[in-house]
Amino acid sequence: MKKTLLTLILLISVTGLFAQAGSKLPEMVIKTLEGREVNTSAFDNEGKPYVISFWATWCRPCLKELTAIDEIYEDWKELGFKVIAVSTDDTRTRANVLPMVRGRGWEFEFYLDENGDFRRAMGVNLVPHTFIINGKGEVVYQHTSFVDGMEWEMYDKLKALLENE
Amino acid sequence: MNKRAILLIALAMLVQGVFVYGQDQGGLLQGARVWGNFQLDAQYYLTDSIIEAPDVDEKIRMNAFANLNFSWQGFTMGMRYESYQNALLGFDPGYRGNGIPYRFASYQQDNLEVTLGNFYEQFGNGTVFRSYVDHNLGVDNAMDGIRLVYRPVSGVTLKGLIGQQRLFFDKGPGIVRGFDAEMNLNQTFPSLAENPNQWLLGASVVSKYQRDQNPLFNLPENVAAFAGRLNYLRGALNLGAEYGYKVNDPSADNNFIYKDGNALMLTGSWASEGFGLLLAAKRIDNMGFRSDRTASSNNLQINFLPPTTRQHLYSLSGMYPYATQARGEMGLLGELTFKLPRESFLGGANGATLTVNYSVANSIHKAALNDTTAIGQRGTKGYTSDFFRTGDTLYFQDFNAEYSRRFSRNLRGLISYAYITYNQGVIEGHIDKAMVYAHIIVADFTHRLPNRRSLRWELQHLATQQDKGNWGMALLEYSIAPRWTFSLSDQYNYGNDNKDLRVHYLTMGASYSKNANRFSLSYGRQREGIICVGGVCRQVPASNGFMLSVTSSF
Repeated sequence: MKKTLLTLILLISVTGLFAQAGSKLPEMVIKTLEGREVNTSAFDNEGKPYVISFWATWCRPCLKELTAIDEIYEDWKELGFKVIAVSTDDTRTRANVLPMVRGRGWEFEFYLDENGDFRRAMGVNLVPHTFIINGKGEVVYQHTSFVDGMEWEMYDKLKALLENE
Repeated sequence: MNKRAILLIALAMLVQGVFVYGQDQGGLLQGARVWGNFQLDAQYYLTDSIIEAPDVDEKIRMNAFANLNFSWQGFTMGMRYESYQNALLGFDPGYRGNGIPYRFASYQQDNLEVTLGNFYEQFGNGTVFRSYVDHNLGVDNAMDGIRLVYRPVSGVTLKGLIGQQRLFFDKGPGIVRGFDAEMNLNQTFPSLAENPNQWLLGASVVSKYQRDQNPLFNLPENVAAFAGRLNYLRGALNLGAEYGYKVNDPSADNNFIYKDGNALMLTGSWASEGFGLLLAAKRIDNMGFRSDRTASSNNLQINFLPPTTRQHLYSLSGMYPYATQARGEMGLLGELTFKLPRESFLGGANGATLTVNYSVANSIHKAALNDTTAIGQRGTKGYTSDFFRTGDTLYFQDFNAEYSRRFSRNLRGLISYAYITYNQGVIEGHIDKAMVYAHIIVADFTHRLPNRRSLRWELQHLATQQDKGNWGMALLEYSIAPRWTFSLSDQYNYGNDNKDLRVHYLTMGASYSKNANRFSLSYGRQREGIICVGGVCRQVPASNGFMLSVTSSF
């Protein structure tokens, strides 16, 4: 048991070295709502920062987050920001994703992470989990959970990134 | 264990060595990535005989895990350390002690992905295969073996796998083998790329092997299951079907009958701007499938049979959740999502969303094989069933509607109503329990305050003459975005027939989150109940005490 612990400590010490760098997105295959396969490493926003949000139809704070962003999305679009919303819904609720997002009139870029590969590759444990990606495609910020007002927090961060680049 | 530990240390040192070198030289491990996450849940238990909270000898219990992953170019390796000191109440005591139950290495090259060690995978909807993890439910049936994923051309995915399933810190006795092929016709054939009719086809076969050592019965050692699926999309219309078939597989799930099993799931949806409609139908007959015939609970399940009922998101509306009956059920679901336009009567100045949902699950028709054999009698072919006839027993029914709207710039609210019929006897396995009929009303309002603060409140009421009678609930939550949240809530079982059990479940809590770290601390009573995620459920006993939770991603 001691050795297991030692291994762990060693591995954690190793991770300290890497985690500092702004890392690129992993290469994972996920699907569009139309069932087409897409590689996540191809995500981009024409050199402008954007948001990747992991959500699920059964997750109340996730719906609040997407609704809140939707309400100010005109402001986001004006500066060229966008949201990639990755649904972590499993079989039970997956069929509901398309009717829900269209029914609510959301305009984000939606994907299905059916087997959870992308979620695991991003270290996502609980939803909502939101990442901000800079114009170079590097993950520069992440946040779990949502409370009202965070949509503006994200907007400010995106704006700061845009101005710095 | 010793050898493995040494190996891991060596590996860690190797990684470290190579990386440090890489850093100095610049470039050798360029683009390498390390990531993972951590979660810890601990509870300090207080004695509380009124709510029948079990006494906890250890006083404090804790569940924790950490995932550590490393990737460089096409190569990825990772592991998860888990620790249960001892497992929180409501988790299977099989989770005990520490260990690394999950580790893997994989590489990708020329559209081939090879995974050695542990992996999660799902074929289609999971009718015949799904391995997944949910830490909050204590469910983990990770495979340990080998998986190949090959994408020979765009739109075609072939998967093959073999291995054993995780059972706590051990593995199940059976070997699971599977193959799946999926093709997106429009992505595969360039001539169809622009075709408005979009097709997705898939087929899988899964088999398990478990030795037969049963002295009474001659049990099949190899059991195969097959599934086919189809998805059609054209504009706003989306139709899906999946059918699974399993060869006879006597097990504790089906009381050791020699009957083949099958499952059919149909979905249809219409999704246009501001209007979404979903219809689903399913029929399941004897489709429990595990890599150990004697396993029960959520252990060693090879497949996944999702319930087609709405997953409720509030504490009182989630009091009576449905769980799929793998032995047999027929179910229907209909859900309508509608965006009410701005300036309309119900839409108000900002528009509103209305969702109406209905679902029902029934037993399937079952008839005795002959006059001398009871339905489902052990060691026989069990029963016959008319595919299109429903049985006489209602398992679950739910009608609900939800209206959500932004009332003003600073006020957003949601009101919902649900009428649930819950067959407690069947769903919870208590034969003596009666049918529960419950009406639930929920109001959830958020007031936006200056300086990114907000106040949220919930009022909920559940009315029923059965089970524990009526409940009321109130919650108050104050948030300072993006970091702090404070909450206070009370659930009051004021309608309990037993006057001594008309108790308050008062809870207060605070949470702090900064970037990808989150801490939360709460104190109070938790009522006995069922926690469900995605149709998989876990029973939690009543408890009283302090809860600490830490989650972190890096």
